Amino acid sequence: MSGPAAGVDVRVVWDALAEVPDPEIPAVSVVDLGIVHAVELDGERLRVELLPTFVGCPALDVIRDSVAARLVGMAADVQVEMTFAEPWTSERITAEGRRKLRESGFAPPGPQPQTRGDLPLFATIATRPQAACPWCGSDDTALENPFGPTLCRAIFWCNRCRQPFEQFKAI
Amino acid sequence: MTTPTAEQLDRKTRAALAELLLAMADDEFVLGFWDSEWTGIAPVLEEDVAFASLAQDEIGHAQALYRLLTDLQGGDPDRVAFGRRSEEYRHARLLDHPRTDWAFSVARRFLYDTADAARLDALVASAFRPLAEVVAKMRREETYHLLHMHAWMERLANGGDEPRSRLVHALDHLWPDALCVLSGVDDGPLVAAGVLAEPLAAVEQRWLGGLAPVFGRLGLPFPFRRDDDRLEPRTAPPAGCRGPERSDDFRWLWEQFTMVYRSDPEAIW
Repeated sequence: MSGPAAGVDVRVVWDALAEVPDPEIPAVSVVDLGIVHAVELDGERLRVELLPTFVGCPALDVIRDSVAARLVGMAADVQVEMTFAEPWTSERITAEGRRKLRESGFAPPGPQPQTRGDLPLFATIATRPQAACPWCGSDDTALENPFGPTLCRAIFWCNRCRQPFEQFKAI
Repeated sequence: MTTPTAEQLDRKTRAALAELLLAMADDEFVLGFWDSEWTGIAPVLEEDVAFASLAQDEIGHAQALYRLLTDLQGGDPDRVAFGRRSEEYRHARLLDHPRTDWAFSVARRFLYDTADAARLDALVASAFRPLAEVVAKMRREETYHLLHMHAWMERLANGGDEPRSRLVHALDHLWPDALCVLSGVDDGPLVAAGVLAEPLAAVEQRWLGGLAPVFGRLGLPFPFRRDDDRLEPRTAPPAGCRGPERSDDFRWLWEQFTMVYRSDPEAIW
């Protein structure tokens, strides 16, 4: 076989990636989360680069394998790799991704804490993450635990509707 | 800024870079294992979850750093992580202590996380790009560690006689060994090559300068005296800050975390 499979172009690859769910929050896809860094289709070679959400995320291998499985047959040589070339940040979650998170009961990440290169990390010590309640929309919420059921989720309490909820962390 | 690849660094700088990567990776790895011990027995359920996540983050960071090391000098990251003798680990003596009680684990983590934050600040613009990239990612996660541990420091310091006295006792015990986190690496060539922004002694001063107001606000003893703008420790750090002498507690932990690897180096678990 020479070149990509018939009818396959970069757009088709992106559409296919949009069907690969995140293993920990299946309502959102890897495209919604913004973890696809690059798609290169070059003759017989299809190369996809993914950004890890968390360095120690145990789902990374699962994500890589499910992306590779979805792209099988689109080119003779399909490569799926993780890269730190650019840090994944929660700002990369798309508007569509945020909507899907909210519908599934997760508060989307708020504004990023200060982790700019020119500011000492120490400046973030009194950071208080904010989140709007995904159930009632209230901003009157409190962080219960910055560490939730998975590395990327924090636990909040809504003072208005008096329910706990999770937020996809702002990192 | 020039961005040398590993091949372009001279021999001395490469050796120093390998030393730095191993020291940082071992710090994260060993702390991750100590903190994972709280899983199931932390004072409240939330802290079971939090310490498990903190430990998972640190072991993830260690994995990325071991990989940078083996990319630099060859070898297998798992072999470096699990295949060494206990005296070959290069973590700071701060991580030689067992988890002890809750206040002790909180104090240790706070001292470590803040020192590590100062170290990461000095590496975020590293001329060695692969390290700068991993550090940029780690810093975003460390923000959550800092805010969580700071909240616990406040809670214990203001939580009445027993929590406060346990915290003060733990800090008193840990301070000399905490000074080991920002030492034990040949930083001269790293600063000259732009791998590290400034000497570790300067990083340490930024760390202590950031901690002083926090300790002041919490009314906790801060065992340093000002000497021209420098903060000098009242007790000097011990010799052998990064081994090879190790505590019995660390040898016990090493027995635990290498058990599977030693019984079958090819095992996948």
